Amino acid sequence: MKKASFIAVATAATLMAGAATAGTLDDVKAKGFIQCGVTTGLAGFAAPNDKGVWEGFDVDFCRAMSAAIFGDPDKVKYTPTTAKERFTALQSGEIDVLARNTTWTLSRDVNLGFEFIGVNYYDGQGFMVKKSLGVKSATELDGARVCIQSGTTTELNLADYFATKGMKYDSVLFDTSDEVREAYVKDTCDVYTTDQSGLYAQRSVLADPENHVVLPEIISKEPLGPLVRHGDNQWGDIARWTLNALINAEELGITQANVAEMKSSKNPAVARLLGVSGDLGAQLGINASWAADAIGAVGNYGETFEKHLGMGTQLKIERGLNAPWNKGGILYAPPAR
Amino acid sequence: MAIVKTERHPEMPPPVTQTGVIGWLRQNLFSNWLSSVLTIVAIYIAWQAMSSLISYSFINANFVGATKEDCTGTGACWVFIKARFGQNMYGFYPEDERWRVNIGYVLGAVGLFLVLSDTMKSKKLPAIFLFVIYPVICFVLFSGSFGLEVVETSEWGGLFLTLVLASVSIFVALPLGIVLALGRRSEMPVVRMICVGFIELVRGVPLISVLFMASVMLPLFMPEGVHFDKLVRALVGMSLFSAAYMAEVVRGGLQAIPKGQMEAANSLGLGYWQSMGLIILPQALKISIPAIVNTFIGLFKDTTLVSIVGLLDLLSVVKAGTTDKNWLGLATEAYVFVAAMFWVFCFGMSRYSIWLENKLHTGHKR
Repeated sequence: MKKASFIAVATAATLMAGAATAGTLDDVKAKGFIQCGVTTGLAGFAAPNDKGVWEGFDVDFCRAMSAAIFGDPDKVKYTPTTAKERFTALQSGEIDVLARNTTWTLSRDVNLGFEFIGVNYYDGQGFMVKKSLGVKSATELDGARVCIQSGTTTELNLADYFATKGMKYDSVLFDTSDEVREAYVKDTCDVYTTDQSGLYAQRSVLADPENHVVLPEIISKEPLGPLVRHGDNQWGDIARWTLNALINAEELGITQANVAEMKSSKNPAVARLLGVSGDLGAQLGINASWAADAIGAVGNYGETFEKHLGMGTQLKIERGLNAPWNKGGILYAPPAR
Repeated sequence: MAIVKTERHPEMPPPVTQTGVIGWLRQNLFSNWLSSVLTIVAIYIAWQAMSSLISYSFINANFVGATKEDCTGTGACWVFIKARFGQNMYGFYPEDERWRVNIGYVLGAVGLFLVLSDTMKSKKLPAIFLFVIYPVICFVLFSGSFGLEVVETSEWGGLFLTLVLASVSIFVALPLGIVLALGRRSEMPVVRMICVGFIELVRGVPLISVLFMASVMLPLFMPEGVHFDKLVRALVGMSLFSAAYMAEVVRGGLQAIPKGQMEAANSLGLGYWQSMGLIILPQALKISIPAIVNTFIGLFKDTTLVSIVGLLDLLSVVKAGTTDKNWLGLATEAYVFVAAMFWVFCFGMSRYSIWLENKLHTGHKR
């Protein structure tokens, strides 16, 4: 008993010591840039453009953090990480923040020692069908032939969904997403299922994207979000509130274009967020204009979404769950006050 | 009598069906009905396979333009490769600094030419240049010091990174492999056991797991704040891996040399290193050339595995390009281009090995 409590105290002391010494913000300020882990290439989320500059939805989160800390969105260095090594890179301190469409789960949050700072994209498994089938909802898919990539959780989710709805299906398995797409195109199956963001990306590659429709149902929860290491709460707070600031900005009507004018807004919530009144920046340990700089650099949440994923891009992803809570989605950021 | 022909009959050329192209065709492709049929079938199959490839990559392909909208033909969209050519070749190496890589290429090509070809009588100087001075020059040029802007290895990529990976691994693997092979045949038990242990351990695991360990596990064992460069970790992993393979290739060559050679060398009063260096190894390496080059070619292609640890080599940088939202859906072009690039390099290595075999053949050749 005594021994156990000693260990508990020792552990707590070590953790506190760790928290006290780990100053990612100071390290980042000292080296002058944020090291941001991204994917090695995923359409819309992170990919190098023709000039070799990383662009995308996840990249914009890192740029917003950079703007919040340095007032300059370009003080970021990107580390392309694969699905397998992303967590080690963060654990070993090779990167400061991981923005790599990573699903927030309990074991990753707790067991791997990370802190998910929020959800920047609500993903989930969905279905794509050809418009000519006339299917409007996944509940009409009884007896369908479904193309799946083998060895993924997709298979299990699909089985669960059809079982609970009391429907039958034939699964057609393939190894890679490219093979699945080819099979779907060649009518080997009626339905293509994977995460919705992936469905939109695959649809954009088809010869006739307009003839295919992604059904509204989502049958699994895949909340994607940026994450940081456990134990440095200040750094986690900065990351969390950068994301929240972008989401709140959309709600408050602050955009990249009007952020300067909005500083003279009468709305106290806007004034607080943009640092005109209050000391939110000082509480976080960064500039008073942190949120204004972040919004000015990448735009509010809705703007980055439209720019990289939305209807204006080839991906043509609808806002869906990712719309603000007062516009039919579930995007809800705590108030900045 | 006037019926006796006094002058010599002029020499006539052989019949047209026996010489030139027609003669060759008759002799090799249409010598009897069976080979005629086989030839026609083979031509038909080749045409079937090639015609779609040719029309895809040349006839219907798009070469002109700057964006995906310029790709209107049904074939390949080479505009994609062209627009991102710099990135495919150098990765994220800053555009203004790419001349440094080019200088490295030129110096390397000159050094390689002097060492590999027969233009210089003595190869001592070029060899010292290529194996001692050149790596130092390259290190300074590529990573930047002495006033050159520092370019971190995370910005290296594309074909440049592939070449760095392949050449460093080859450069380390060959000497290390020879040492390991000699160690494995050594009469000193400790040396032999260490070498056997290393070779069997490294050769017994897949390269991908070596890379994975080097990149994922190693940083966790390091004290906090100590970071090995990701590229260095991959390079060490690849070099050690290919050294183990090289050791077995060289050992194969050593086994083929009769015992009498060593005994003859000893009876001449040569020590171990002298007999190895002057008598055994030159013969052993010569007969292992095809296998050595085979390992090199395999190694060159294995460099693509570094994509698993997030290094953007030629294959992964081209693939990353296909996820740019302006260039979606061009995966086929990416793979065809990368395959063509790899083929050029591997074929080059293969031709050099054939040339070297012919040059060095001294009676073993059949």
